[in-house]
Amino acid sequence: MSKKDLIICRCEEVTEEEIKKAIREGADNVDAVKRATRAGMGLCQSHTCYTLIVKIIHEMTGKPIKEILPATHRSPIRPITAEILAKSKNM
Amino acid sequence: MGKETMNVELAVVGGGPAGLAVAAKAASYGVQVTVFDENERPGGQLFKQIHKFFGSKEHQAGIRGHDIGYSLLSQCEEFGVKTMLNTVVWGIEKNMLGIQNNGRTYTIKTKKTIIATGASENPLCFPGWTLSGVMGAGAAQTMMNVHRVQPGQKALMVGSGNVGLIVSYQLLLAGIKVAAIVEALPKIGGYMVHAAKIRRTGVPILTSATICEARGENEVEEAVIASIDEKGNVMEGTQRVLPVDLICIAVGLRPLAELCWMAGCKFMFLPVLGDHVPIHDENMRSTVKDIYVAGDVAGIEEASTAMEEGRLAGIAVAEELGYLGSEEADEKKNLARKRLESLRLGPFGDTRAEAKRKLTESEVNR
Repeated sequence: MSKKDLIICRCEEVTEEEIKKAIREGADNVDAVKRATRAGMGLCQSHTCYTLIVKIIHEMTGKPIKEILPATHRSPIRPITAEILAKSKNM
Repeated sequence: MGKETMNVELAVVGGGPAGLAVAAKAASYGVQVTVFDENERPGGQLFKQIHKFFGSKEHQAGIRGHDIGYSLLSQCEEFGVKTMLNTVVWGIEKNMLGIQNNGRTYTIKTKKTIIATGASENPLCFPGWTLSGVMGAGAAQTMMNVHRVQPGQKALMVGSGNVGLIVSYQLLLAGIKVAAIVEALPKIGGYMVHAAKIRRTGVPILTSATICEARGENEVEEAVIASIDEKGNVMEGTQRVLPVDLICIAVGLRPLAELCWMAGCKFMFLPVLGDHVPIHDENMRSTVKDIYVAGDVAGIEEASTAMEEGRLAGIAVAEELGYLGSEEADEKKNLARKRLESLRLGPFGDTRAEAKRKLTESEVNR
């Protein structure tokens, strides 16, 4: 298996190479990488890939890890079906 | 919002050791508490901890994790804590929580909220890491100790912190062979008492070593490990192939703090506590009004510290809600703080104690 095909975001099947390409094109934070590649937008909402993406951004841009923040967390933070949302009176 | 809104005096998000300790404590003074947990059973990781805790007697040394869990649950029951299981808290804004239960969503209005959501496992990325059979050590522990399923027949453990050591031992107890434990650092990460237990069984703990690759057609069939230099680079010629069908990753935890981020809590970056950690004062109050934190979400430590932080937060909340006079509350809070201090002693505790001081002494608390 070549390193190029290494998957970073399992939910959306985004490879290391795709993330690196996005960073080379200017995505220097987790939110920007997410917008460019969909990494972190899947079912687990970046629980797994977040630290991996932070590490790649750090290695490629030299940005200190403490300055690399998570993408904005919005409701719902857990998957909820559209059916459930539609049935709810308070939404 | 109509009838789908519920009022709760104290909402506790997460029914692990910290959340249950908050709930039992606050409820014992008369606070009306509801605990929300996304799992079908409360107790968090406690019911997976089949080993005896150690430390001093007041910290339940010598008692197994699951028994501590049962005792917390019976306290909660005694004081009338409501528990909503299979309930996901999916959003937070000021004194409102969005929850999902049994196919519906509800809005919960709270006076105070405790976020005690615990931690998630850090991943490790290497060729083949998405193969079936590579999993977090915590996942393997859940399969064995909760669902009574063997996650594999022969395992490689990556990481020699306490989680890696304890889960390796539990794999052996579950009848699973452990080929080796690899540790990237030059020395074992966890407590010697756990490491010695593993070594007595003959399982090698290889320091300055890492996993290079997992191989297999559809699932893990073998693992390639190798020695690494000080910079973490693989030393050529040291690669070895281990025939395993299970690779457990135990390379640390980080706070599961999405709700804190969403609520607008201020954070501090403290690697020794796991990552970005919500800043809290010495009453466990976050930087957002009426929101408290306790346990691993407020910095990765242990179940014993999580429970003490929970008790501290429970007392503080009871005081704020008027169930406890300030003099009595101060006395109780100081005792809880002393117990926390005594849990943060020694070479492992010192760095955590220092990081915790940075949080509580942060000027954003004022």
